[in-house]
This record gives sequence, structure tokens and C-alpha cells, in this order.
Amino acid sequence: MQSQIEQQGKRAAPRFRLTLATREILWAYGFLLLPLAFFLFLRIWPAVQSLRLSLFTWHLDPAQREFVGLDYYRAMLQDARLQRALQNTLLYTLIIVPSQLVLGMVIALLLQSIRRFRSLFRAIYFAPYITPAAAIAWVWGWMYSMNFGVINNLLIDWSIFWEKLGLPWLAIDPQPFLTDPGQALYAVAVVVVWQNLGFQVVIFLAGLQGIPRMFYEAARIDGANRWNLFRHITLPLMNSVMVFSVVISTIASLQLFDQVVNLNFTDQGGPLNSTLTIALYMYQEAFARFRLGYAAAVTVLLFALIMVVTLLQLRFFSRRVEY
Amino acid sequence: MFAGTARRRWRLEPVTAIAYLLLLLGSAIMFFPFLWMMLSSLKDMREIFGFNFWPKHFTLANYREVLFDSDFPRWFFNSLVVALGTTASVLFFCSLVGYTLTRLRFPGREVVFILILSTLMIPTEMLVIPWFVMSTRYGWVNTFWGIGFPGLIPAFGVFLMRQFFETLPRDVFDAARVDGMNEFGLFWRIGMPLVRPALAALGIFAFIGNWNAFLWPLIISKSADMRTLPVGIALFSGEAGTQWNLIMAASALAIIPILIVFFIFQKQIIEGVALTGSKG
Repeated sequence: MQSQIEQQGKRAAPRFRLTLATREILWAYGFLLLPLAFFLFLRIWPAVQSLRLSLFTWHLDPAQREFVGLDYYRAMLQDARLQRALQNTLLYTLIIVPSQLVLGMVIALLLQSIRRFRSLFRAIYFAPYITPAAAIAWVWGWMYSMNFGVINNLLIDWSIFWEKLGLPWLAIDPQPFLTDPGQALYAVAVVVVWQNLGFQVVIFLAGLQGIPRMFYEAARIDGANRWNLFRHITLPLMNSVMVFSVVISTIASLQLFDQVVNLNFTDQGGPLNSTLTIALYMYQEAFARFRLGYAAAVTVLLFALIMVVTLLQLRFFSRRVEY
Repeated sequence: MFAGTARRRWRLEPVTAIAYLLLLLGSAIMFFPFLWMMLSSLKDMREIFGFNFWPKHFTLANYREVLFDSDFPRWFFNSLVVALGTTASVLFFCSLVGYTLTRLRFPGREVVFILILSTLMIPTEMLVIPWFVMSTRYGWVNTFWGIGFPGLIPAFGVFLMRQFFETLPRDVFDAARVDGMNEFGLFWRIGMPLVRPALAALGIFAFIGNWNAFLWPLIISKSADMRTLPVGIALFSGEAGTQWNLIMAASALAIIPILIVFFIFQKQIIEGVALTGSKG
């Protein structure tokens, strides 16, 4: 090994007068030149730029931007629409994250318990995850429709069925779903859960497969029942996978945009701001009203929110490992 | 958890039967929107507002109209260009950086890695406004480069490839180095073939991610002919006047290619997701 390096060093030395180590450094920075330029100029610099834009009035010519300090941040405190967006975003997250966690876990456990058709089921549950939200939202919007929607049609059939049996209290009236300010957010949340559930299922399945079987066998010899096995083996050993699932789906929920825009394309965020999210509010402020400075301040708020929530979650969950 | 206790028996246990039943019910709910979309796209304008589940008259007229009398083929082409271009870049650069960060020794290696990793925390929303300002200044608006540049080198891909290169044995590289192969040759001809499984997963993810991207393409594409498929579909209603039969056909045409890709590469995609979870 030593002699090989020397040999190579000797061969190279007269030509380049570079040691092997120096050549390695040059290669490394040569390889990293373009990627580093990309990360510095198209990722880190724009993030810093967002912070800066949020402190100035917006003008295309940088020389004409006026420094306003924290005015936009102060304005956010008075902005009722932004506060609605913030509330909605947190509500979406509170609905979506636990639903995905519980449903993802249950489906993964069910899939783990069967032997045949496992990959077929897994594929069906995963399929919505890879489809474009814009296209799938049209289908859901059409299914939710008050007068022509298949869901309300099913509700009508359901009601007729029970009324015929003389049990009218089981009947459910057709619902407005996306057109009702009280229901729209939940209707959107259902689509988001439907679309992202498969991702969670696959993550949980991978986690379950990583648990050594002998743990279960040993516990069964000690007389543990299914619930004991779940409570004292599966749950604690799945802790890190669950933390990952929660953190990932929280970050995605806080940035919710595609489904909200597309499910109600003619009245984005509506009805009456009931489905508005921070990401959509930022988009409207920046690209419909061209208040880019203010919109930049909103993105800084979103960034801070994601950071704080993620750190809190990591802190809270990492303590809760019990065996 | 049940698998650990399940015995290899031919008899169907009641618990297993319930599991099958629940899974079947769940997949019916998961699959129903796709089925409804397909069936609706085959109905004509009159029948789409009727409630019959199965179309009485199957028609391909909707597909004909979307394919020949709309911008749909153009959007499809745009998405394909953007998704293929970014995927090629992702595969090359994420591997190159991953290789450099594990196989080469140079000062600042840790700093570079932390710098790249830290960008994972920046949400896209925080970047789109400066990107837009930048694109306006440099004339990137409404161009393929403008639509695609954010996806060229994802930090997550760098992280994934770095993990993979780390698992490779050193001797393979040392042997080739002795043979006088230069560093790029080592990366390209020795490293790359060894990380092929990771490349498959990363490539499929990059493709799907860029094919489905919505927020940035919506901002950066200004004319109808530069829209990507998701943006085109989203803005379809304005042009078609909410003709649901056409929208369903267009949605089906947007979704079906990606479903076919998924069913072909199912194993790699799912293993890729699983990998993310266990590495996270």
C-alpha cells in the first residue's frame, strides 16, 4: 500500500509537481464546483435574500427599495386574513398528522399480518402518493360536488335504503362539502390524507420488518397476548420510525398548497378563507397582488414555524422511549 | 407485529380473514377515485351529469378532443423535458457530491456537508420569491431552465448517495487507483455501477417529484405553451369552461403514465421510500 502510493507519487511528481494529497484536494473541489455554486447561489443566497426582501418595500429596481425595518412583521399582527391562514394551517396539521400516523400504522400492521396479495395491496395504497395533486384534485372536486357528486349520490342511496327499512334516523342528507365554510377544510384534509397515506404505510412496513422475530417469539413463550406484544415490543421499537413519520408529515402539512389550490380553483382558499393556508396566502400576496416584500415576511414566518414545530417534536418524542 | 406470531398454516385464521376484509375495504376507498375518473372520462357530456356508475355509451371522444384540440400534448412534452432533464442532473450531481464527500479527503469536507444538509430545512416557499426576482432579471421566466433549475441537485439526494457510497469497500477503489485511473474514472467507472440500486430509487423519485411539481412551475410559466402538465391541468377549467368530461380525460392522461411507471418500478420505489425511513 505504502509503496504503491510512493510509486504513483513519483510518477506524477515530475509532471505536475503536486503531491497525491494536493491532487486529491483539487479533484474534490473540481467535482464540487458546480454543486457548491448551485447550493450557494440558488438555495442559501435566496433564503438570505428572502430575509432581506422582508425588510424593504418591493421594487424591481433594488436601488428604489425603501428600508421599512420590521414594519411588515408588525403588519402581520394586524392581518386578519393571515391569522385565519395560520389557524387553518395548524388545524390541517392537527387533523392530517395524527390521521396519517394512526391509519398508516393500522394498515401497515394489517399488511404485515397477511401473506398473499401483500404487494398488490401495498401498491394500491401507495398509488395516490405518486399522482399529480392537480389532476387528482379535479376528480375529488367532482366527487364532492353538491348536485352531481358521486359521494352525495351514495348518501342519497344510503338514505333511501334505510328509510325503506323504516329506520329514517340512519339517513344522511346530501352535504355541501367544499362549498360550505364549515366543511371545506375537512374535505380538503380527507384528500390530503388519502393522497399521502401510502407513503406512511411503506415507511411503517419497513420499520416493522426491522423488528427481530425472536422478540415476539420470546414474549409469546412468556404468555404475552397480541395486545401485550403490540404495546411492549412493536410500539417502543417503532418509536424512531413514528418520529420520522410525524416530522415529515408535519413539515408537509405546514406547507400545504397543491390540494388547496386545485380543489377550489375558482375561489382559491375559499369559501370565505375557510381553506386558506400560509403557503397559498404567500402565493396570493406575492404573485396576484405583487406585494413581494410582505410575502417574503410571510415566508420567514413559515420558515420559523416549521423550525420551531420540528424542534419541539424532536424534543418531545425523543424522550418518550419506553420498553 | 402479527407476522411474528403467524404460523405457516394453510388454514385461514379468523384474525387473518378480518385483516383481508379490512384491507379490501381500504383499497376500495383508495382505488375508487381512479375508477371514477376512468369511467367518467369515457362518458359523453350528457351522461356525465347522470348518476349511472357504468357508462351506457362508451366514448373516446373526450380523449380525442384533449389529445388533438388542446395544448395537452405540449404540456406533456414540457413535463417530460423538465422531468428527464432534472433527473439526469440529480443522478449525476448527487452521486458526484456523495462520492466526493465519502471517498476524497480535502479540507472543509464536513463544512461542505453541513452546508448542503442545512438547505434541507429551507421550505420552497421561502425561495420562490427570490427565485422569481432572479428569473425576471436573468430572463429565465417561461423557459425550460427556469422551470427546472430548482430541482437540479436536491440536498436529500446528496444525503442518500453519501450514505450509499459510505457502505462501499475501500479496496475496490484502491486497486483501480493503482492501475492509474484518475478520480473521475474511479467515480464514473467503479463507483457508479456499484450504487446502481440507489440510483434507481433516486432517479424514480426525482422524476416523479419534478413531474408533479406545482408551486414553482405555476409561478414561472407565463404562456400556455410553457405550462407543465400539473399547471396545464389546473388551468384547464378556464379554457374548457369546466367541461368535466374533458377534465376527467385530461386528468386520466396525466395520471396513467405515472401509474404505469409506478407499477413497473414498484419494487425500487417502495424500497427507496423504506430506505428513507430507516436512514432518517
